[in-house]
Amino acid sequence: MAVSVEQLADEMFAIVEESAGKRKLKAGDLQKAMAAKHGDEVSRKDVKAGIKLLIDSGRCVYGYFGGSSIELPRTEGAANE
Amino acid sequence: MADDLKIPLLEELEKGPWPSFVTDIKSVAGKSEMAADLLRQLEKSYEDKRGYWKHGGLVGVRGYGGGVIGRYSALPEEFPGVSHFHTVRVNQPSGWVYTADALNGIMDIWDEHGSGLTNMHGSTGDMVLLGTRTEELEPTFLALTQKGWDLGGSGSDMRTPSCCIGPARCEYACFDTLALTYNLTQEYQDELHRPMFNYKFKIKVSGCPNDCTAAIARSDMAIIGIWKDDIKVNQEEFAKYVDSGMDVQGIVVDMCPTSCISVDGKTIDIDDSNCVKCMHCINKMPKALAVGDEKGAAIALGAKAPIVDGALFGSIMVPFIELEEPYEELHDLIERIWEFWDEHGKARERIGEFIERVTLARFCEEVGLDPIPQMVTHPRENPYIFYEEYFAEEGEGSEE
Repeated sequence: MAVSVEQLADEMFAIVEESAGKRKLKAGDLQKAMAAKHGDEVSRKDVKAGIKLLIDSGRCVYGYFGGSSIELPRTEGAANE
Repeated sequence: MADDLKIPLLEELEKGPWPSFVTDIKSVAGKSEMAADLLRQLEKSYEDKRGYWKHGGLVGVRGYGGGVIGRYSALPEEFPGVSHFHTVRVNQPSGWVYTADALNGIMDIWDEHGSGLTNMHGSTGDMVLLGTRTEELEPTFLALTQKGWDLGGSGSDMRTPSCCIGPARCEYACFDTLALTYNLTQEYQDELHRPMFNYKFKIKVSGCPNDCTAAIARSDMAIIGIWKDDIKVNQEEFAKYVDSGMDVQGIVVDMCPTSCISVDGKTIDIDDSNCVKCMHCINKMPKALAVGDEKGAAIALGAKAPIVDGALFGSIMVPFIELEEPYEELHDLIERIWEFWDEHGKARERIGEFIERVTLARFCEEVGLDPIPQMVTHPRENPYIFYEEYFAEEGEGSEE
C-alpha cells in the first residue's frame, strides 16, 4: 500500500475538521474522498482501517441524526447537565 | 409506588384486558426515581399531546458507533430523574436462550447502573435496557463485557442478527439457525459496531417457512429455511388423524394454496411439484408430514417498515442455498450486496428502496445473482429482467 493507514486517518481527520458545523460526514463520504484523492492506491479496507484508527484514538466519534456520521468529539446541544 | 405519583391518563391504559407497561413501571417507581419521573413525563406528554424527549446523537461507548440510543428530557428541571434517559441495546444470544443466572447478572448490572427497566426484546431482537445517564454508559459497558455480553447494533450499521430457536427445539428447522446467527455476528463485528453503511441493514434468520422471526417482512436480508425435495409422508400417522375425526378435507386439503393435496380414504397424496411450501399441512399434521431431506434456505432482500418510503416485503433473490459452516458462499453474497449498495446507495436508503431505484435487473447483474422466475411479477407483463438476447435477435431481423 502506497498510502499508510495513519496518513489516511490524518487526511480524513482534516476533512472532518473542515466540515465540522457545516456538514455531517458519513463513512461513505470519507471513502469517496479518499478514493478521489488516491485512486487505486487505497482500498475500501484501508479507508475503514483509517476510520477505525480515528475512532479508537478518540480523535473522532460516531454521531447519529437520521443516519450515522463521523464527527469531532464535542458536547452536543441537546445534552443536559 | 412513589407517593406523589399522579398519572390518571396513564392509568387508563391499565384498564384493558392486556398487561400494561404502566403497571410494570409503577411497580418499580417506589424505588427508582428514574422510573417515577418517566411516568410523570409521559403523563405530561399525554396531557399536552406532545413529546418531551430530545435526541442525544453523540452518546455512546468508546470505539462503538452503535448500541446506545441517546435521549434527554426536554424538561430536566421538572423531571430530573429522566434528565438523561439513554437506551442500551445488548446483543441477545442466538434464539434468545438464556440461563436464569445470565438474566440475573444483566439485571444486577442494570439495577446498579440504570433504571432497572428493560424491554425484552426490541424489534431487532436485542435486550433493551431502558434509561441511564451518560456517565453510566462506560461502567455499564464494562460490567456487561466482563460477564461476556456485548452491545448490539444501532444507526447505519448491520443490526444485531436474530434468529428463531431453530434445531434447539423445532423439528421443522432446515438448517442450524443458531450457528449461522452466531457466525454472522462474529464475522461482521466491525459492520455491527462501526456504522459504515448508507442506512441500517437487518438480517433475520428463520429455520423454516413458518418464519417465526417475521424475516420476510422485517429484515433487509431474510434467510428462511426451505427444502428442495418432497414433503415426507407417514401414511400410518395420517390414518390416525383421519380416525381421530379431524376434518382433513376442510382443515388441510381445501386450505392448500395450490390445491396440490388429495386424500383417498386414509391415504394422502401430495403433488410436490406444485407445492409452494407454505407449511400449512405440516403445521396441521406434524406427526404425518415433515419437511424434506434436501434442506437449505431461500434468501429474500428488501423488507422494511415505512420510515422513508412505504413498507416493503422481501423479494426472493436466491431460491435455494445450502447453509453449512463456514458459510463462505453466504458471506461472499452479503459482501457483494454491501459493496454495491455502499457505492451507489443514497443516505437513508434501505436495500429494498435501493433495488427499486437501480432496478432489479441491474442489481442482479452487479451483485452476480441469476434471474429466476420468481422475480417476474405477472406473466406477460413487463418483467424485471431485460432479455438482451431476444432484443438483439429482433434488431438483427429488422435490418434484414
